[in-house]
Amino acid sequence: MSKTIKLKKGFDIKLAGKAEKQLGDFQRAQTFAIKPADFIGMQRPKVTVNEGDSVKAGTPILFDKAMDSVQFVSPVSGEIVEIKRGDKRKLLEIKILADEVVSYESFEKFTESSLKTIGKETAIAQLCKSGVWPQLIQRPFGIIANPQDSPKSIFISGFDTNPLAPDYAFALKGEEKYFKAGILVLQKLTSGKVHLGLELDAEIAPVFANVQGVQINKFSGPHPAGNVGIHIHHIDPINKGEIVWTISPFGVIQMGKLFLEGKYDASKVIAVTGSEAKKAVYAKTYLGACVDTLVKGNLKQDHIRVVSGNVLTGEKINTDGYLGYYANQITLLPEGDYYEFLGWMKPTSDKLSYHRALGLLSFLTPNKEYVLDTNVRGEERAFVQTGVFESVTPMDILPVYLLKAILAEDFDEMEELGIYEVVEEDLALCEFVDVSKHPVQEIIRKGIDLIQYS
Amino acid sequence: MKFLRDLLDKQKPLFHKGGKLENLFYLYEAGETFLFSPNHTNGIKGAQVKDAIDLKRMMITVVIAMIPCLLFGIYNTGHQHFLATGQTAGLWDDFGPKSLLGLQLVLPIVIVAYAAGGLVEAGFAVVRKHPINEGFLVTGMLIPLIVPATLPLWQVALGTIFAVIIAKEVFGGTGMNILNVAMTARAFLYFAYPAQISGDQVWTYLGDKAPVDGFSGATALAVAYNAGVDEQPVTQALAEHNSVLGDGLFSFYNMFMGWIPGSIGETSTLMALVGALILVATGVASWKIIVSGFAGAYLMGLVMNLFAVNEYMAMSPEYHWVVGGLAFGIVFMATDPVSAAQTETGKWIYGLLIGILTVIIRVTNPAYPEGIMLAVLFMNVFAPLIDYYVVKANKNRRLQRATV
Repeated sequence: MSKTIKLKKGFDIKLAGKAEKQLGDFQRAQTFAIKPADFIGMQRPKVTVNEGDSVKAGTPILFDKAMDSVQFVSPVSGEIVEIKRGDKRKLLEIKILADEVVSYESFEKFTESSLKTIGKETAIAQLCKSGVWPQLIQRPFGIIANPQDSPKSIFISGFDTNPLAPDYAFALKGEEKYFKAGILVLQKLTSGKVHLGLELDAEIAPVFANVQGVQINKFSGPHPAGNVGIHIHHIDPINKGEIVWTISPFGVIQMGKLFLEGKYDASKVIAVTGSEAKKAVYAKTYLGACVDTLVKGNLKQDHIRVVSGNVLTGEKINTDGYLGYYANQITLLPEGDYYEFLGWMKPTSDKLSYHRALGLLSFLTPNKEYVLDTNVRGEERAFVQTGVFESVTPMDILPVYLLKAILAEDFDEMEELGIYEVVEEDLALCEFVDVSKHPVQEIIRKGIDLIQYS
Repeated sequence: MKFLRDLLDKQKPLFHKGGKLENLFYLYEAGETFLFSPNHTNGIKGAQVKDAIDLKRMMITVVIAMIPCLLFGIYNTGHQHFLATGQTAGLWDDFGPKSLLGLQLVLPIVIVAYAAGGLVEAGFAVVRKHPINEGFLVTGMLIPLIVPATLPLWQVALGTIFAVIIAKEVFGGTGMNILNVAMTARAFLYFAYPAQISGDQVWTYLGDKAPVDGFSGATALAVAYNAGVDEQPVTQALAEHNSVLGDGLFSFYNMFMGWIPGSIGETSTLMALVGALILVATGVASWKIIVSGFAGAYLMGLVMNLFAVNEYMAMSPEYHWVVGGLAFGIVFMATDPVSAAQTETGKWIYGLLIGILTVIIRVTNPAYPEGIMLAVLFMNVFAPLIDYYVVKANKNRRLQRATV
């Protein structure tokens, strides 16, 4: 039974620097890195390679002692050049210098028809040892799924409403076969349904056309309508004790490639976006690529910030930093470390605001694309304004009460108010619109950690 | 601007940790952030860009929305004086002298309220080491607007200090308070010094001039209440009131416009509505509270009509909108986001009950002619209870989903 959900709450952050639908001719990155910090919920990372070892794409380099069946593998073939550790020997990065031509570890190959007949155990074993497994994320908590669990359903969001997000129709072009095969594998992992959320009133991307074995649900409305957490809330909400898995379309395709081609293929098309990019286009690269080849020579000015991911949920990286494991885009923004004379009362039409308070004129030009920098635009204060978070959260959840319950470390209250249904990205807009400038996403993660580890 | 920035940067080390004036850091910070929005950038993880709004901008929007009431109040203060002392009868005659007199009376009150409250605020910021709260921009303006122009300045100062400390700072500052700060100031003055803030001697400034023979300084509320006692139709009593000064002084139109004696900024329903328009258009105040507040007063007025045992109860409900400070209270006091209900459903109930309570207190209580002050404070206390049930409903929906 496919469902249609029309959402009204939310807000589209329209930014300048959307990627043109063409592949840029960037040089391939020299180095790649896997950062344990990208894997939320990883507790005791253990490196299984040494500096100087040579690896292939798909060679295990890391695992979590708390869940040792799941391997984390090298995205490319080459040599391990650095295992970077921080304070208290905390593992930060495993850096790989890539070969010119990528060679692959080989895994068992299947045909489309034989895929239908393989068992759940075979599928799980292959996913775990090949390094594709970490694409599966468990809700609640937004952590890497546990192979021993059986989720009540699996959700895929087929569109991204985040600011400057890549268009899947373009980025996943030509991967139709692998997406279909990936779905076949996913069906083995759950006793329930596999849900695919698509945008209402939009042309169906070729990659999602004629996909069998999924329930297609359609959503309309402003961001976060494309967030998988919003889809779950409206289609098959998570109650205490229940588990749902989510996976990105890229993850599904990686799964399909693993089973049809017998290799771990980490190549992906990402969007290079943001107002400071000279050429905002798509780029073909691999998971964990160094972004220097995408950034250098592609900047309008020097005082910028490189964000791995989008501006709502992304992470600041250096100009020679590495693409996040789950990131589908990089965003280049002007850095905002400047003072502004009477900035709090000056009328402004070139700064975006969800609000309409005195002098905030952006509501008059709803279609304008804004150049936003990284300035906080004010100071942190206690909660004062009410009703705003609710108006950008298309879920039956009271964000301010949930946040206050987390700050008070009130476990029962957190549970009752729906902590199991949210991860950072679902309330990221609250952080953007907040008058009092709270680190909403950080607080949410703190709450999830409290619930998860105690 | 460069010059100012350089000056601030040069002084900065003095106030930072280890500097000579390190204790006064938050005073420096208040000044600095007033002049320049800070250069802070967003953290490594999470939202990399932020909305242009901040609390300062929100608060200044409320102050701007009060300016029509303030300007009107200044002129009306002068106008009432000239009217009562028989110097002019026309509304716009002697515009200059009236404005000047109004300024002379009102401006000191505004200055004293800001100065007294500001000092307390700064003192707490220094001792408790928290940033200075912008909320005071609003409180400092609200307090002058809800007291009579004749109020002694030391009482203005005392009321403000009491409210800022007891209603706000002891709870931890703006955002943590339970009661509306300005209403607390007024309630304190009302019960501590009733002679200067109630009765019929305080609303019109007479100075050393004698009033016209037969002049009464009663407010429309008092006239309406007394009409109920004297078994005289309220509209008739209002029409006949102070006829020595001219006809129809307390006509519906005049009361709506606000050309009547009362507290400085609350007489004009029109100006309160202009303020409401600004607050609602900018999204700063909840339109739900405003609409349901007015609706509650009207509904309760109708109910009173149904069970009328005296003339006041029989008064046409729309009169409740224009007499006294109901409009001002609902627009500027009830909508204070911190002390109001914080859930969207709760806001409807909260506003409605404020309107209802105001009319009940007005009509049935012999001690307090005006009900909005106590209604707002009372509902401030009950707002968390309303929210409690709205939040509980949300939790129950989640729970039910799990068991189905």
